[in-house]
Amino acid sequence: MAENILHLERLTMQFGGVTAVNDLTMDVYKDEIVALIGPNGAGKTTVFNCITGVYEPTNGSVSFCGKTIVSNRPQGKMKKLYTGEYRGEDLKIISPTPDKITKLGIARTFQNIRLFKTMTVFENVLVAKHMRARQNFLSATFRLNFKEEQRMREESLALLEEQGLLQYKDEIASNLPYGLQRRLEISRALATEPKLLMLDEPAAGMNPQETQELADFIVQIKDKYNLTVLMIEHHMDLVMKISERIYVLDFGKLIAHGTPEEVQKNQRVIDAYLGVAEDA
Amino acid sequence: MNMERNGLNNKSTFLAVSEFIAKNKIGFLLIIVLYSALFILEKMMPPSSMLFVVLKKGAIYALVAVSMNLLNGFTGLFSLGQAGFMLIGSYTYAIFTIPVEDRAAVYQYFDGGIIRFTVPVFIALIMAGVAAGIFAFFIGLPVLRLKSDYLAIATLGFAEIIRAIFQWNKLGPITNGSNLLKKFPSFSSVLFPFTVAGISIALIVLLINSSYGRAFKAIRDDEIAAEAMGINLAKHKLLSFVISSFFAGVGGALLAMYQTTVQASAFKAAMTYEILLIVVIGGVGSITGSVISSFLFIACSEWWLRFLDSETYIGSFKVPLLASGFRKVVFSVVIMVIVLFYNQGIMGTREFSSEGIARFFSRIASRNRKEGA
Repeated sequence: MAENILHLERLTMQFGGVTAVNDLTMDVYKDEIVALIGPNGAGKTTVFNCITGVYEPTNGSVSFCGKTIVSNRPQGKMKKLYTGEYRGEDLKIISPTPDKITKLGIARTFQNIRLFKTMTVFENVLVAKHMRARQNFLSATFRLNFKEEQRMREESLALLEEQGLLQYKDEIASNLPYGLQRRLEISRALATEPKLLMLDEPAAGMNPQETQELADFIVQIKDKYNLTVLMIEHHMDLVMKISERIYVLDFGKLIAHGTPEEVQKNQRVIDAYLGVAEDA
Repeated sequence: MNMERNGLNNKSTFLAVSEFIAKNKIGFLLIIVLYSALFILEKMMPPSSMLFVVLKKGAIYALVAVSMNLLNGFTGLFSLGQAGFMLIGSYTYAIFTIPVEDRAAVYQYFDGGIIRFTVPVFIALIMAGVAAGIFAFFIGLPVLRLKSDYLAIATLGFAEIIRAIFQWNKLGPITNGSNLLKKFPSFSSVLFPFTVAGISIALIVLLINSSYGRAFKAIRDDEIAAEAMGINLAKHKLLSFVISSFFAGVGGALLAMYQTTVQASAFKAAMTYEILLIVVIGGVGSITGSVISSFLFIACSEWWLRFLDSETYIGSFKVPLLASGFRKVVFSVVIMVIVLFYNQGIMGTREFSSEGIARFFSRIASRNRKEGA
């Protein structure tokens, strides 16, 4: 079996009394494309937010490349509210901020595009390079970091060229057409030099033609940058076409996982998507 | 081998610097022209001219407005603590520069105070900034977790608390309580505030155009995305807050020098609002906008509208409405008109750059050539 990149261990996220993610255990292996699907409100984006440190999960842990990066157990008032059976009493409390997670090598995009709207395409990518540059605010102010700055600029330009965005480099990001904004967001995530790329509905709002192109694009960048991809997606043709394994969530619970063929045949998945017939 | 390496490094540093100067030729030229014009003006005009009042105060306010713009316009943190940090700066400057022989007279109620030494003006200016920066660091740790309006209220509150503390009698041996601090060195030439403010603003511009400036703008545009791109929010917000306060402190020290006396009660919230007004009129997110609008603001409030305050007769006809206080009415109307018609401020988020000027002139030149042909 290939190297385990991401492992979620009995992850639960409860907002007050509402359980958004319920006791989810899942694995992502190196060089895979894994999809996380489910009806609206199934808790897919919440899973992403727990992994990337935006939310602090109520219970459970996340490991990345064999190292625990997030873990928590019910504390404070959640002790009373927590409804799950498993309580990770032995779990340490590790809750890093999202920037720490990104630094470890997990990059993400957002469901509703979040570009830096007043900045140019070039600057958007350049910002992502800031984290790994060796500099401090004094050396940056007095331009003593000019070599580092030059390296950042060259790498960003190279990345833009590879992604076919070079001709737009001086455009303000919010002026780009929708499809290119999506592409820029992915490029920006790539600029953080990730090992794991997490895409939150990359094909949202795209027509079949664009979706097709996106599928090729994802496979292409995965091979080129040696990535593992975890994505949330509603376009089933995209999911079935490129993902190697699929996890299906419904009301926060994992209802099925396996290869696309297995998932397609699974009765619980069909029920979750189409509803159970009353007179069955 | 090693020496060769060093030599190469120095050479490339030198090349980078000379390239930078070559790229901004017109900008540097303009700065030189500006400073020599000031120098000549000072030789030619009487020093009591209102022009110099406006230039001096305008330069100081420009520095403080730019420092506020770094925070409000470039990092997206709506803070209203500027007057508080100016107060710390001006007090630090005053306390450490009053000549030892004058201390007995200044601290007459506190046995000459407890500080019995002075430091040179230049060092005192830096100390003023550092003191404001240190305060900002400790205020920022808890306060920067707040967002937008809440942050504004918290920083405003802190500025008021600082003002109250500096007037506290128990601190009299250091701050002279609610009494004036005076007799510290000040400046007479307009070149002094222009130089200090000019260098400070240049440093802020260099910071904003660096990698850190981009990170600040990213935080302003979208905090969540900035964090997802690996920018440590707490660290960068605190950095921006401390640097902004540092330069507000330096600005406060300059203001003390300009006024020749310092009293904590002058640093009211109204002062912060004046600076905020300058920033908004100039354009939130435009350095040159802040600078231009601060000179316009000071000129309007101190000079150009003065005549509205005095009763005027044309022949035997008394011009109506002109009376003490009318200036403020007109001034408020002017500001409202500006905000209505330029709701992004004078400059918006654009900058007034040497390249822009060059482009402007080359366009005129090419048009003339066309008309000639």
